[in-house]
Amino acid sequence: MNELRTPLKKALGLGSARQGAHHFIVQRLTALALALLALWFLWIALNVLHLDYAGARALIAYPLNALLMLTFIIMAFWHAQLGLQVIIEDYVKPAGSRLSLQIAVKFLCFLGAAMGALAVIRIALGH
Amino acid sequence: MAEFTLPKNSQVQQGKKYPAKAGAKNIRTFRIYRWNPDNGENPRVDTYEVDLSTCGPMVLDALIKIKNEIDSTLTFRRSCREGICGSCAMNIDGTNTLACTKAIADCSPGDVKINPLPHMQVIKDLIPDLTHFYAQLASVKPWLRAETPAPPDKERLQSKADRAKLDGLYECILCACCSTSCPSYWWNSERYLGPAILLQAYRWIVDSRDEDTGARLDELEDPFKLYRCHTIMNCARTCPKGLNPTKAITEIKKLIVERAS
Repeated sequence: MNELRTPLKKALGLGSARQGAHHFIVQRLTALALALLALWFLWIALNVLHLDYAGARALIAYPLNALLMLTFIIMAFWHAQLGLQVIIEDYVKPAGSRLSLQIAVKFLCFLGAAMGALAVIRIALGH
Repeated sequence: MAEFTLPKNSQVQQGKKYPAKAGAKNIRTFRIYRWNPDNGENPRVDTYEVDLSTCGPMVLDALIKIKNEIDSTLTFRRSCREGICGSCAMNIDGTNTLACTKAIADCSPGDVKINPLPHMQVIKDLIPDLTHFYAQLASVKPWLRAETPAPPDKERLQSKADRAKLDGLYECILCACCSTSCPSYWWNSERYLGPAILLQAYRWIVDSRDEDTGARLDELEDPFKLYRCHTIMNCARTCPKGLNPTKAITEIKKLIVERAS
């Protein structure tokens, strides 16, 4: 029966979602934050390489480093879930699997961010 | 999922070869995609040897010569033969362009490969089905929308600066070269409007006489209609009129950010 529908009906589909700007803006803001934080992360990663376990913990526990590490982890997972959402929208057609994958990605990214944050907080507080 | 392989009945096979007549000196070989919906066969690539000494300079000249003198079954669209109607858009030498403005001499050395516009349903040979493309154009209502009536005694006026904003937009001839070069359009053309239609939409958004800018932006703000553009820029590279649809799309995104912040 699809042939009986007009081409315009097909092109209009379900209409405009009237959203997407927020996603677009946050994706770019987190990218900007990550670009700056990546420089610091590179610095601390190179420093940690030469330290033993206790030394590495001490470096990360330093308040400014702990703060930046926490920010870096949150920004990275936030940006990752936004980016993965775009990839899923690009390549996964069936609405059911598209939605399920989106939910799985959001949950996993939140879990990853919470796990990283917990680790940094434990180090910063000396636990 | 996006499809990355061709279905069995779409796999392209080796076709017939039409050698040049004896005595031809300046021969160029054209390898052209052929598909006939009526015989149930797979698509094939036919090889035509054309004597360039009796042929015009453009790829369209060669196609017309093939149809007139070698194989009358070859099917393609053409009309103005001067790059303003957009009918003869096809993939030549790996790039979407107009056969009438593409010189044979500008094709890379070796055989000239000609295919229909990529990732479109083929009606026959080099003719793609543009029904959905045109319906998408209609969906953005590409005409002047204003509540204020036009002055009774003259046309709606616009400053020279405002008129200049339409340069680089009004020249679009809707040949579909850009949209069919865009991977995002390949994977999601049923929902993504594609570079050509978004450029047309922006042509009315930026028009100083149009009063429906807000509604136009509302209609476009959608993860699929607009935000499938990932600035790949194949559109700008392939446009036979030298336009930049990516820039138009970016301007739409900027306006949406501007009104949201």
